[in-house]
Amino acid sequence: MGMATESQFHVLAVDDSLIDRKLIEKLLKTSSYQVTTVDSGTKALEFLGLHEDDQSNPNTSSVFPNNHQEVEVNLIITDYCMPGMTGYDLLRKIKESSSLRNIPVVIMSSENVPSRINRCLEEGAEEFFLKPVRLSDVNRLKPHIMKTKLKDQKQENEEDDDESGKPVLQSQEEHQQRQQQQHQQQQQHHHQHGNSNKRKALEEGLSPDRTRPRYNGVTTVV
Amino acid sequence: MEVGQMQRRLAEYTKSLFMEGILDAQFLQLQQLQDESNPDFVVEVVTLFFDDSEKLLNDIARALDQQCVDFKKIDAHVHQLKGSSSSVGAQRVKNACVAFRNFCEEQNAEGSLRCLQQVKQEYNLVKNKLETLFRLEQQIVAAGGSVPMIESSF
Repeated sequence: MGMATESQFHVLAVDDSLIDRKLIEKLLKTSSYQVTTVDSGTKALEFLGLHEDDQSNPNTSSVFPNNHQEVEVNLIITDYCMPGMTGYDLLRKIKESSSLRNIPVVIMSSENVPSRINRCLEEGAEEFFLKPVRLSDVNRLKPHIMKTKLKDQKQENEEDDDESGKPVLQSQEEHQQRQQQQHQQQQQHHHQHGNSNKRKALEEGLSPDRTRPRYNGVTTVV
Repeated sequence: MEVGQMQRRLAEYTKSLFMEGILDAQFLQLQQLQDESNPDFVVEVVTLFFDDSEKLLNDIARALDQQCVDFKKIDAHVHQLKGSSSSVGAQRVKNACVAFRNFCEEQNAEGSLRCLQQVKQEYNLVKNKLETLFRLEQQIVAAGGSVPMIESSF
């Protein structure tokens, strides 16, 4: 496994179907991502350094952050329907973990079930892709990674004190935070591109907002 | 046959597969993902699809042959087959799977058996057609030609 360079973001792809793993791997590599594929949610958590303590607590499914994540993962894309741990279960475990909750998660499913989609988005998924996933879908991943990068930087500065594995709720406050981040992102684009490219920068900066998956982007996936 | 003639034949053959609804646009996505770094990508993925489908079709046939049919189990297999067929663009197999799942939900054994035959038939058809397609491609390459990309204009 190569070192993640600045220009190459690392995506962890989770799917129990070998065909779909090959497909998503190729899609992501074509878009210059570094890719790791695993065939189950359990293996994904293992890779992320999160271990379930089955021995001492056979009845609970609590997870413990064990050793620090060795390889940085910038985004997780997971199938919804998998035997054992579903993509939804995996999403919840990630969002319950103080060390992993900031990694953006995208869910893929072959079925267009609105209640399922909403459940995932409410639990903190960034996007919901209908399968088969296409290049145009993969192109929508980058804004989520960039957004998280900014969020991470912000948190390092403030050193949040209540990060103790609370379930993530889509509170009003967080919603505002998100908007703030997007605003920051736009400003950064302005900064990077200078005035000559102002129009382009604006468009790029706004695109995450326009393709915002949370409540309105879902139907456009088809 | 000269290369140009073979290339035209391949193009026509490919087009017919789309016209007959045997393949859909997803197959073009697969072809677009194939590049120098992975020149056999389409064949590799489609071969996985063949292996996977044959295993699933056997599992489904066996499950339907039981005294007490476990429709949940059959539905899970059909769901998988639907997923992999849609991932390679085998549209008619996918559609047959959709119909199959309705009978699973109704726990209709007779309907399920008919659907299994239908899925098998569509699978054999697309397998046959894709194998012919790959053979035509190989012949062109063997004759020193290149395989033309199909435009995704439909």
